[in-house]
Amino acid sequence: MNLQFVVDGLLTGSMIGLGAIGVTLTYSILRFSNFAHGDFMAWGTYATLAVVGAISAMFGKVSPIGSLSFGWPLIVALVVGMAFTGLLALLLDMVLFARLRRQGQAIIVVMASFGASMALRSLLEFIFTSRPTYFSRAIQIAMPLGFGVRITPDQIALLLLAAVLVVSVHLIMTRTQTGRAMQALSQNAALARVIGIDVAKVVRVTWIIGGALACVAGVMIGILIQIRPFMGFDMLLPMFAAAILGGIGSVPGAVLGGLIIGLAEASAVQLIGAEWRAAVSFIILMVVLFVRPIGLFGFRER
Amino acid sequence: MIDLVGYGAFFLTTALIFSLITLGLNLQWGLTGLFNVGLAGFVAIGAYTSALLTTPDDPARLGGLDLPILIGWLGAMVVGGLAAALTGIATLRLRSDYLAITTFGVAVVVQLVALNAQKLTGGPFGIGFIPRPFGGLAETPLLFNLSNLAIVSAVTLAAYLALEHLSRSPWGRVLKALREDERAAISLGKSARFYRVQAFAVGGAIMALAGALQAHFIGFIAPDNYLPMLTFQVWVMLIVGGSGSNTGAVAGSVLVWAIWAGSGALTSVLFSPEQQARAAAPQIVAIGVMLCVILLVRPSGLFGDRPRRVRTTRPSGTTAPESSGS
Repeated sequence: MNLQFVVDGLLTGSMIGLGAIGVTLTYSILRFSNFAHGDFMAWGTYATLAVVGAISAMFGKVSPIGSLSFGWPLIVALVVGMAFTGLLALLLDMVLFARLRRQGQAIIVVMASFGASMALRSLLEFIFTSRPTYFSRAIQIAMPLGFGVRITPDQIALLLLAAVLVVSVHLIMTRTQTGRAMQALSQNAALARVIGIDVAKVVRVTWIIGGALACVAGVMIGILIQIRPFMGFDMLLPMFAAAILGGIGSVPGAVLGGLIIGLAEASAVQLIGAEWRAAVSFIILMVVLFVRPIGLFGFRER
Repeated sequence: MIDLVGYGAFFLTTALIFSLITLGLNLQWGLTGLFNVGLAGFVAIGAYTSALLTTPDDPARLGGLDLPILIGWLGAMVVGGLAAALTGIATLRLRSDYLAITTFGVAVVVQLVALNAQKLTGGPFGIGFIPRPFGGLAETPLLFNLSNLAIVSAVTLAAYLALEHLSRSPWGRVLKALREDERAAISLGKSARFYRVQAFAVGGAIMALAGALQAHFIGFIAPDNYLPMLTFQVWVMLIVGGSGSNTGAVAGSVLVWAIWAGSGALTSVLFSPEQQARAAAPQIVAIGVMLCVILLVRPSGLFGDRPRRVRTTRPSGTTAPESSGS
């Protein structure tokens, strides 16, 4: 078996993991599984693409940084895209989820997120058509790492970016007051409210972090694979599986879960064939639900 | 005139097949409160099972047992019910969201098998030559359409009456009790999980039967018929009609299908073929928004038996934080 699957798996795993952080936070703090999370991913990617287009319209062609396939416009656009996706999530919460949450039926919120997901995705299809697009059509030369493993400069940069983001989110969750408030709310909502945690603020931060990370995951897919309206929806099952495997509410768990599923998918592609890769997350999900439904780092709900 | 009757029969047949799926979903969601976002998978299981049982032998793939259509329908119900029961057993002891995620996964995997297990399902090209009831009448389309309509109406009516009876039976009352107040129902000695698995399995069997009916009505199936869009359409039908009400399920299906088919016909008249895929997108956006608006404004739909009892005391730790307002 070729060791290339490790690189491929780590890359897919970081995309899944970044998305799963948002899923696990929404699930543990707002207590519903958000089926629109994949579409945040796609919206963030298309927003980034649009900003890149606007920048190159204003400044002409910008040469890429070093041997990467992209230049500073993409970095600026990514930051704008992250902000946009965070705001999109906030907006959707304001007009839809928050109102339904107040009615007190968690599962209705899930259903609404399913409807919102369909609407968001079709809107993308309408604006950008369903034809795949790319950030760059340039072909990168992969550098050999030994043992038959090759990696492109883009892949190295994105892996580093993912690592930095994961560590920062972990630090936010464990070292800042807001992060600790988020953990408190996810572990015991009633008690958290009693000690005076600002619930509205925690909810806002949750959506912004989840949306921004979804955007990064989407842009990673856009740079390494392609951009399609369905790109996020197709990631939904792996993200849910990763969040549940890692244990609902745990950021390191979501990332580890994502990496495990990414590596499993990549090795399945080598062993069985690429057409079956989507089944991997389902199998892992079923095993977790039967064997250890609270996941690797989960805790029993009180 | 004759054409119009023929089209009317075709339209109603399709709408009634949707009604049958919606009735299955109403048993799962409306009566029992089980959230199934992968119902397209169960419909597909039914369609493929029945197709494999009844099609003539084909050297290119397995199956093709050439059995009578009725056997195909029964087989579809059994396999669909079993698949739903397994899903239920795996997830119903856990939080309700896990069922949603798992059913979603079931639909993804069924779609994957339909696309890739060429030997079994014919792959992307699907299965053709599925025997049609009254196939001998295909020469006279009107008679053929009307006889198909008669069969589908009969099956839907039977399912409707059976479900109406079930929901008033002691069994249905337990399900409602579990939906409304699980703790009270359990304290009366009812096993929540056991009843829920049963309801989920029966609902899955009805969906599979609907899938089989449709396969035999059209005579051809392909993986594209069972995309998440189908799940979405059926959910909208149930919510519009009013979850919890079987009448609502049927009425909502016919109404939403009329809107869907009508706006589809409109886009095909107004736009050139290459623009149509794009023009269809706002239609889906509109329906998605409609679903959200109904959930916000009139959660009980047209015929719903809610409002549900608003719980004043919720178990701590499982309540959703109320974000705004504070």
